[in-house]
Amino acid sequence: MALTQSKLDATEARLAVLAPGGGAAWMQAARDDATSRLRAMGLPGARDEYWKYTSPASLIAPVAPKAALFASDNVPLFDQIDRLKIVFVDGVFDADASDDLTLAGIEIDRLEAAAAADIHWAKDLYGVLETRGQSPVQRPLAALNTGFATDGITIRVTGKAAKPVSLIYQHKSESSDAILHHVIRVEEGAELTLLENGPAAARFNKVLEVDVADRARFNHIRAQGRDHERQAVTHIFARLGTESQFKSFTLTVNGKLTRNEAVIELTGDDASAHVAGAAVGDGDFHHDDTVFITHDALNCESRQVFKKVLRNGATGVFQGKILVKDGAQKTDGYQISQSLLLDGDSQFLAKPELEIYADDVICSHGSTSGAIDEEALFYLRSRGVPEGPATDLLVLAFLAEAIDEIADPTIADDILARLEGWLIRRRG
Amino acid sequence: MSDAVTEVREGVDRETVETVNAMAGKYKYGWETEIEMDYAPKGLTEDIVRLISKNNDEPEWMTDWRLAAYRRWVELKEPDWAMIDYPEIDFQDQYYYARPKSMEVKPKSLDEVDPKLLATYEKLGIPLKEQMILAGVEGAEDAPAEGRKVAVDAVFDSVSVGTTFQAELKKAGVIFCSISEAIREHPELVKKYLGTVVPVSDNFYATLNSAVYSDGSFVYVPPGVRCPMELSTYFRINAENTGQFERTLIIADKGSYVSYLEGCTAPQRDIAQLHAAVVEIIVEEDAEVKYSTVQNWYPGDENGKGGIYNFVTKRADCRGDRSKVMWTQVETGSAVTWKYPSCILRGDDSQGEFYSIAITNNMQQADTGTKMVHLGKNTKSRIVSKGISAGKAQNTYRGLVSMHPKAKDSRNYTQCDSLLIGSECGAHTVPYIEVKNNSSRVEHEATTSKVDDDQLFYCRQRGMDEEEAVALVVNGFCKEVLQALPMEFAMEAQALVAISLEGSVG
Repeated sequence: MALTQSKLDATEARLAVLAPGGGAAWMQAARDDATSRLRAMGLPGARDEYWKYTSPASLIAPVAPKAALFASDNVPLFDQIDRLKIVFVDGVFDADASDDLTLAGIEIDRLEAAAAADIHWAKDLYGVLETRGQSPVQRPLAALNTGFATDGITIRVTGKAAKPVSLIYQHKSESSDAILHHVIRVEEGAELTLLENGPAAARFNKVLEVDVADRARFNHIRAQGRDHERQAVTHIFARLGTESQFKSFTLTVNGKLTRNEAVIELTGDDASAHVAGAAVGDGDFHHDDTVFITHDALNCESRQVFKKVLRNGATGVFQGKILVKDGAQKTDGYQISQSLLLDGDSQFLAKPELEIYADDVICSHGSTSGAIDEEALFYLRSRGVPEGPATDLLVLAFLAEAIDEIADPTIADDILARLEGWLIRRRG
Repeated sequence: MSDAVTEVREGVDRETVETVNAMAGKYKYGWETEIEMDYAPKGLTEDIVRLISKNNDEPEWMTDWRLAAYRRWVELKEPDWAMIDYPEIDFQDQYYYARPKSMEVKPKSLDEVDPKLLATYEKLGIPLKEQMILAGVEGAEDAPAEGRKVAVDAVFDSVSVGTTFQAELKKAGVIFCSISEAIREHPELVKKYLGTVVPVSDNFYATLNSAVYSDGSFVYVPPGVRCPMELSTYFRINAENTGQFERTLIIADKGSYVSYLEGCTAPQRDIAQLHAAVVEIIVEEDAEVKYSTVQNWYPGDENGKGGIYNFVTKRADCRGDRSKVMWTQVETGSAVTWKYPSCILRGDDSQGEFYSIAITNNMQQADTGTKMVHLGKNTKSRIVSKGISAGKAQNTYRGLVSMHPKAKDSRNYTQCDSLLIGSECGAHTVPYIEVKNNSSRVEHEATTSKVDDDQLFYCRQRGMDEEEAVALVVNGFCKEVLQALPMEFAMEAQALVAISLEGSVG
């Protein structure tokens, strides 16, 4: 279908302010391909089915809206963990703040270096998984990212990584507009834990392509920064081999606009994918989880667990899909999206979809929305718990199913403690 | 199904088996009545719209209403968001009006109706004689005289053939007639309500219907009246290349109650036929409407040739406080179904319910569901949808539950279950959930699975053949919805479930 004039104009206006990225021939080809794909599909508009509940206006605007810096007195998340730190400030790699990029069992390069090499393993993945993820649903902002990413990291894991790799995104300029693209390949039988945290920039567009080979494991924990005015659109494109495991958990606290897309393809038998998220928002907060899991192999399992706590006019969006392709028998697919609305101004908009073409499967999804259970609150109060702490307790209990998806108990406890802190601060 | 006589075994409802046997075979309503017809010329233009209006002896305001819809329709695009795939429809290659010649001069009573037409309905199991009948049930003619009364409005292609029990209904104050008659006899009611629930510009098919609807049923139940019998409309498409566009308008005034049944069939043909209906229901304070459909249009053959394209807009507006509407549908026919019976819960404490069974087999495609729009305080809705997909069919539940900011303390419960029979079919769920206040509770659950092997094994072990066993399990799967149907329909539906799945096993 031909694009509308307004889409064409918006797309060209955005492209006009982007600088073409450099790199070897393969990288140029990948960028050119992404740019022409973007031109063909156009940037998202409010009338697009997959942008029905989230306005893409500020994400596609030529200039990023300013976002004030937020000073947090908290110790940053993951600080207590022994990890390899890679720091980006407003989307630019900061060598001084980062650790040395050598680690046993892992090969790490900056995207810039990988792109300049004529021969690099990332050639087979950069923009490749993203392209696979463009059908049946188009994700124009990911194509834009592939075409114009300014920095990023490539990680190839050949054994069990000695420690987690931690990407830290600092936000220091009110008008920064960052486009990062990471490529990860976890080789057969290898294992990696990837940590990500920080607000990154005033506007952040990030793509993470992850190829999880047979029997490999990828474990991902991310906390999106607490800056109130930041905007972010992120995509994870993952491909899973036989008996591989993929786990991703995202914590989102604050942020004016967040759209997290996860596009996961189970291509090998007996693979497992878990995607979870906990989001707590107060006031001017719009959080969108858009998940698309494709089962294209036998006996695979997938779980989507998303919980949102919303107050003072915050909006939560969930668009989740399980697609079971013809022949993907013995699939076990589960999806739950729930929101807790702490007041009458907040809203929850959900579209939990199932699309199933194989008969020997078990797929279910559930979605609920409501206020704090009055009876549970009454029970706690009747046992002497004051209303504030009782409410907090119920909120944490509500979030527990998502937090349970974090494999590392230390991190899970830390996240829980931070959520509790957030609730207490909000209670004032 | 085998020709062998089925023994009635322990634990199997004798009636079920008999009904299933009676209805065995391929699509049993696939025959055609040979009758002389008057057609409007093929294609759709303003002149055709005027002609339809003239044939119905409509007043000028109605003609203008239709023309406005036509002009709007010309500017609209066919929607493409549903998960259905069919060859492009040439809207100019259709007849928009077909009337049995004998209906040119309107018969004054059923006695004057062409016997061929009456015979058609007789053959469908819908005798139009004013006798005690059980609608829709095989062998109804022989039913004992003390059976329940059902008033029938029979629509044949573009015109209403006749309506039974009108006199008796009139005594109760209930108006039940064809919509063309209502436009002539009760213009004030039609003018007041028509197009207020489904506006002329609502969607492509509803707009098309507004321009060319030829007939349909009209029901008005006055305040405080409990309609003394079930009302029913039976739609029959007979003529070739003819679209049927009926329009139904039901008004339940304050404190009234009516139960309405709808059935439909069409001949077996190689070329797909179009059906685009609009049903509008207005429910005032404390009133209640039950609307039940058994949709059994010709589904096309195993290879997807022919069949009805069913694009239907049905909506109920619960205007008054404490009003209630209940949609129950059993969708077994049609090559393509595009249908979302909806409830606008405007009045405080109003209730909407939607119970649906959609069965698709062979090459059938169904994209169906409901919309529950909660506007009033303390409104409640419940959705129970059972989708069954067999052969190479695609079955989609698509629904919306919307809680507006002012719909405080409202409640929704949705359950969508899909059953897959065979590895080449698809079952999909596309719910939209929009919650804009926190005192409301919304729950949505959906599951997809195949017919349980243990249950099948159990049935087989007790001597049922595989098809019987599947039919039994599926009937069990649908039970919640079947129970919501009026008794006569429930029996027909149960039998249809078995038939629709024929050939899906093995």
